[in-house]
Amino acid sequence: MGMGKDIFEITVNGLKLVVIFLMMVQAVPILVWLERRGSAFIQNRLGPNRVGPLGLMQLLADAVKFLTKENFVPDTAKPLLYYAAPVFALIPGAVAFSAIPMSTPIQIGVFEMFGQSWGPYTFLVQGYDIGVGIVFILGVSSLAAYTLLMAGWGSGNKYSLMGALRASAQTISYELALGLSIVGVIMMYGTFNLTDMTMMQQGPLNFSFMGYTVSSPYLPNWGIFFQPLAALLFFTTTFAESNRLPFDLAEGESELVAGFHTEYGGFKFNMFFIGEYGHMMIASGLMALFFFGGFGIPFVSVVELQEWAAGVTATATGASALVAGLHFLSFMVKFSFFLWVFIWVRWTLPRFRYDQLMDFGWKTLLPWALANTILTAFIIYAASL
Amino acid sequence: MPLGGVIFIVIFIALFGAFLLWVASKTGGKPVYNTIKYEPYECGLPSVEKKDTKVSVKYYLTAILFILFDIEIIFMYPWAISFRDFISTGGGAFVFISMMVFIAIFIFGLFWEVKSKALEWD
Repeated sequence: MGMGKDIFEITVNGLKLVVIFLMMVQAVPILVWLERRGSAFIQNRLGPNRVGPLGLMQLLADAVKFLTKENFVPDTAKPLLYYAAPVFALIPGAVAFSAIPMSTPIQIGVFEMFGQSWGPYTFLVQGYDIGVGIVFILGVSSLAAYTLLMAGWGSGNKYSLMGALRASAQTISYELALGLSIVGVIMMYGTFNLTDMTMMQQGPLNFSFMGYTVSSPYLPNWGIFFQPLAALLFFTTTFAESNRLPFDLAEGESELVAGFHTEYGGFKFNMFFIGEYGHMMIASGLMALFFFGGFGIPFVSVVELQEWAAGVTATATGASALVAGLHFLSFMVKFSFFLWVFIWVRWTLPRFRYDQLMDFGWKTLLPWALANTILTAFIIYAASL
Repeated sequence: MPLGGVIFIVIFIALFGAFLLWVASKTGGKPVYNTIKYEPYECGLPSVEKKDTKVSVKYYLTAILFILFDIEIIFMYPWAISFRDFISTGGGAFVFISMMVFIAIFIFGLFWEVKSKALEWD
């Protein structure tokens, strides 16, 4: 169903989805290592440094430990929900992340294989291109609230249940501000499609309002210069969406033992962890995409790069692969920076109290997001007069 | 039509996750049954509360308020995406003013909600 016109295209598209998912899973141990080393650096400690160079083999040691833990299900648990929750925790992150465009498409010309001619193909460097990309990503990633409730209810432990309720109430409360902060961005770009948004952020800064034009050749045409408030609100709410400090009330150790995953250990716990990092990755990807030019390279437009690549490589396939590679690198730099900010904030800010958290979401972020929407609408309307 | 890709990856991840759980249950140590060990976690004390602990009704209230406000926000999406089209065809003032009326009702609802102490946690 819509995965390609022949067997080769369907296979490549399927493999691409699997590779994106495995990339996400593989990034988690590296991020955990980075988080432990980073927290040690911030708190003036050493962190893991015994196993292998720089403690990098710690990742393997952790994996072995996860695998050798005995399989434990409490007597009060509902086994179906208890086992299904960690599996489903992997799904929203990977499905939403596959919709984020990471580079320009790779064009493959006609070639011969198995005594047959295979037509020209265009492969996107993303799982699937969805016309209403933003709505899809917001919708799918908010399904994670069900995972939390399944884990909390299925464990049959009051700490799990309380943690799950807290986490889901927090997730849905911050989703309002998250959804509303995007409205200004959508209004500015006039599209739901994420690739189109990236292409609109090419070139130097150019802003016209009521006959005046502000342009600077030294700044890229990024969304952050048009929507600074939306960027701040969006990034703040994504911390709450992914249950990270300073909003990790779901697992406040001093009150709830470990929150919704109190009864989970070994690999099942690890899968919740992958889910949480998956949300961080979606947030970082969207942050780069909406406000920092996506896969675009500042000051170099896609067309210029394509012309340059056509001179360097012999074939059209090679040129498109080179362009895609460079854009992918640019996306990864921005993406990694925001992932690092997630870790940085976690080890810098203390945790909120629950009523403060709810007040902050409903009474501070939501009104500011509304104000941003009204202001953006007013400016776009006034600029057209 | 990317639906095929979405269905494929959901099924793949579900099978992959189930396979991981199965492998982890085989490689882990053999569990030895013990009534006390298999109680739900309670810091070493006997469990006093049962699993269906009573929880604050505020969570339910928050969920209802979320549905109301989320639907109102969803209505802003089609407006936001067609705003520039309306401006270019001359309907800008109409669309702008009608949405401001809608947002005024939204703000009234938010004020009423705060005023009625629906968001106060004790």
